[in-house]
Amino acid sequence: MSVEIKVGMADLNVCVSPDRITTLGLGSCVGIALRDPVTKIGGLAHIMLPDSTTIRNNSNIPKFADTGIEELVKQVTRKGANRSRLVAKIAGGAQMFGFNSNSEMVRVGERNVQATKKKLAELRIPILAEDTGKNFGRTVIFYPETGDFVIRAVGKQEYKI
Amino acid sequence: MGDISLDEMSNEYFDVLRELGNIGAGNATTALAQMMQCKVDMAVPKVQLLEFKELGEAMVGEETVMAGIYLGIEGDIKGSIMFLLEKAAAKHLVGKLMGMESEGDEFTEMEFSALKEVGNIITGSYLNSLSSITNLAIYPSVPDLTVDMAGAILSVPAIEFAALGDRMLMIQTQFFDEMVLDGYFILIPDLDSYGRMLAALGINI
Repeated sequence: MSVEIKVGMADLNVCVSPDRITTLGLGSCVGIALRDPVTKIGGLAHIMLPDSTTIRNNSNIPKFADTGIEELVKQVTRKGANRSRLVAKIAGGAQMFGFNSNSEMVRVGERNVQATKKKLAELRIPILAEDTGKNFGRTVIFYPETGDFVIRAVGKQEYKI
Repeated sequence: MGDISLDEMSNEYFDVLRELGNIGAGNATTALAQMMQCKVDMAVPKVQLLEFKELGEAMVGEETVMAGIYLGIEGDIKGSIMFLLEKAAAKHLVGKLMGMESEGDEFTEMEFSALKEVGNIITGSYLNSLSSITNLAIYPSVPDLTVDMAGAILSVPAIEFAALGDRMLMIQTQFFDEMVLDGYFILIPDLDSYGRMLAALGINI
């Protein structure tokens, strides 16, 4: 029997085939799925902010793209994934409202996506697919067995990347 | 003026914020009743300080479709405010306001703008009461409305809170007319504004 592992906001976890891992209702946050295609060990992070270094209170590691991705890599390799074989798929980073009160927070979704890509490039983890930006929320389910990243959105057919 | 962290907030501050939330929600209920021209009752609001991980479950579930009205605030208190309502409740409200049953699953353009107005009035009266209690100037911006999964809508205020700490303050208000309307207020003052709000109420920090 396979189980579904749930990841909350500012949270991350590892997942080994045949289990699947999900996070519900991604808005401006970004979901990052990592996978070693050989061992079929993967993981999912749900980050909220791009950069831990610009925030004083930054002890919550999974909250930020930079520290969250590093931690996810650490945890999947500890579980047995090969660091050099890791590949990524990402989703989220939407702009849910047309306006935003706080100018710093304008386009935080877009900044989350940029920071995610930057960190993955730095770690030399290729991004195989992405479904980011636009203006709608996404639920994602990742299957380490196949590498499928299934995306569910309101008023849309479920699709996978 | 010292910084306040929601993570280290004392019970006293929390009680004050809770009370402000209660009064705000009460005023919003009155405004709603006037607008709908009927009696609207309100249950005692539930005020919660939640970790991000618990957010979705504390509400109706991350994937429940909700209407979210979001606006920025300027003046002595800066930040933003959000009001969330389940989609069915939003349809009910708008139908009543427009004097006809709303058909279909989606909002028409007319319903959408009526809903925006509902949100505007509700958040406006909430902010008005906050302004008159604290004697601080609060100017709301034009509201924006979106209908989507609760989790996705909540990510917006959650991210604003995330820049300040690891928890988020949420006020849940139940309104009743013919049906129960579960509404959620989320007020997100910036750090300086917390201090200003509390100082205006004579609480030293």
